[in-house]
Amino acid sequence: MTTLANLHPGESGVIHAVHADESLFQRLSALGFRQGKKIEFIRRANFNGPLHVRIGSTDIVLRESEARRIQITH
Amino acid sequence: MKRIALLGMPNTGKSTLFNRISGASARVGNWPGITVDLMSAKILLGGHIAELVDLPGLYDLHGFSDDEQVVRHFFANNTVDLVMIVLNSAQIDRQISLALQARALGLPAILLLNMRDEARRAGITINVEAMSKQLQMPVVLISAKYGESCPQALQVAAQNLDRQHASMSPEQIAALLQQDSSIEREMESIVKNAVQMPAQLTDQLTNKIDRVLLHPWFGLPLFFAAMYLLFQFIFAVGKPLQDGVAWLLAGLRTEALGPLLTGAPAWLQGLLLDGVFNGIGTVTAFVPIIVLFFIIMSIVEDSGYLSRAAFMMDALMAKMGLDGRGFVMMLMGFGCNVPALMGTRVMRSRNLRLLTMLVIPLSLCSARLQVFLFLTATLFTATQAPLVLFSLYLMSFLTIFLSALIFKGRYASNEPFILELPPYRFPTLQQIWLRGWHEVRHFLNRATKFIIIGVVLVWILTHVPGNVPPASQATLAGMIGSWLAPVLTPIGIDGQLAIALLFGFVAKEIVIGAFAVIYGLQGDALMHIIAQKLDWVQGMSFMLFTLIYTPCLSTIAVLKSESKSMAFTLLSIVWSLVLAWVISFIFYQSARALGF
Repeated sequence: MTTLANLHPGESGVIHAVHADESLFQRLSALGFRQGKKIEFIRRANFNGPLHVRIGSTDIVLRESEARRIQITH
Repeated sequence: MKRIALLGMPNTGKSTLFNRISGASARVGNWPGITVDLMSAKILLGGHIAELVDLPGLYDLHGFSDDEQVVRHFFANNTVDLVMIVLNSAQIDRQISLALQARALGLPAILLLNMRDEARRAGITINVEAMSKQLQMPVVLISAKYGESCPQALQVAAQNLDRQHASMSPEQIAALLQQDSSIEREMESIVKNAVQMPAQLTDQLTNKIDRVLLHPWFGLPLFFAAMYLLFQFIFAVGKPLQDGVAWLLAGLRTEALGPLLTGAPAWLQGLLLDGVFNGIGTVTAFVPIIVLFFIIMSIVEDSGYLSRAAFMMDALMAKMGLDGRGFVMMLMGFGCNVPALMGTRVMRSRNLRLLTMLVIPLSLCSARLQVFLFLTATLFTATQAPLVLFSLYLMSFLTIFLSALIFKGRYASNEPFILELPPYRFPTLQQIWLRGWHEVRHFLNRATKFIIIGVVLVWILTHVPGNVPPASQATLAGMIGSWLAPVLTPIGIDGQLAIALLFGFVAKEIVIGAFAVIYGLQGDALMHIIAQKLDWVQGMSFMLFTLIYTPCLSTIAVLKSESKSMAFTLLSIVWSLVLAWVISFIFYQSARALGF
């Protein structure tokens, strides 16, 4: 078990849990961050910038602080 | 009259569909219970006249952003006969949640699965009957962009127009949406039964382009190089058009308007020809460049490249208390500050929104661009002018960054940054044309509202009393100028230009219109006299001041309505004035001290 923030570009995993307050949780689930979904880490922007991930057919970018809230199983 | 609401997630082509259905009849209007304006249009639907309302894009009917609250309050205060839910077929696996929420609320709805062309390309097949049966609402696959199946969708809408739904309170909406866990199970079951997705779901072309455009080191330089080239393109194509319009207007004056007015009293001739016609004409010559500018902007906006710019710039923006979306709004502000300010509604943290709204008015908008195009062409050589213009864009960025750094402590926020990257898209010619036409209309609207009144007022101020030379010390304008002299002399701006700046508060287009009126000339003759009256240091100082101080009355009005705070609006005005003066002062005095 690890978090999305610990993955490396090119790696993928399955979402195990999303730890966030209600509003963030809703936004994330509307974007496809739901338990059991496969998630792929595509790339990361320079200077500790956001992460570019893919769930199904949706590409999403999010900051590391949010990525740390998403638990992943390999 | 029947009322139909368009509801959908961001990036689903909802507005494209709205434009396609409504044609040119759309207008902006007020709605009970909400403070923002929504676009609506009257359409003929199966024998009924129906009112179609375009609601803001949202992810979730019980989300917490301002946009999401707007939609909730709309449903709380207005009855609807039908909700047309627009979702992206290619992302149906996650977006179907919105249809389930609408059903949970008991809204009479039909589901339009848009972008069927993209879904088809991605190899996604959707069984419309199975989905419709399980959702208990009609489902139609459409492509709003290419118009595919849109008539069919309207037919289905017409057949479902007789189930009016009463309004409900936001609390009721929240209560009805508590069963999210059941929604999740049902989403899975619908996708399993009605959607076939290929195992490897990637848009290969988008992936390939991203590998280059989002390159860790070359990504940002490529972005700025692309923007620079687009600008070069706009000016290369726009300049001959601009000269053409100027030539036509000069001909109109000498061939038609002049002879027509020969019998009129001298003051009326002066007011109509030197005032209104010169003023409007000088502004109108820039319309081709501005329309071209907006057309290119709309292609860039629709292409998906701006979201990628947000991704690449976020780390830098975070250091200034902003985020990647703020960078995109700044770029949109280069077109017009007003929609950029409205775009901040997607931010949920009030502080982040206020900080972003504080810096957007510093974006060098297209109205200010007209002033700078005019003055750089007047005061600099053809090789220097583009560099000067470029330095003004740099200055715009610098003032934005500086202001954000100064105020980020006051407006601290920790809003999460989450953004969707849509695949690369290219708008159709019809979409591009529609946007260009929209800009022409917008300009005509501003021209009739502000610019005519502005130039007439400038003419009166520079010609009353009538027994002294126009725009001289003894006119009203001269008196205002000498009254403002203690403030404006240290930054090199004389009394005549002070009037132009004063009216620039209303709209920046008036500034060049005012030049024409103040000097009673237009075209080359006007440029010639300005080049005699101003040296480049004064001109630059004037441009810096014009760049930084409050852009226009519309921007102030939107700052007020979006922030709902008089104190914030005042802060924005005062800050921009102080910053404008200080920067012009530093520039003017140091240039003079260096002997220029």
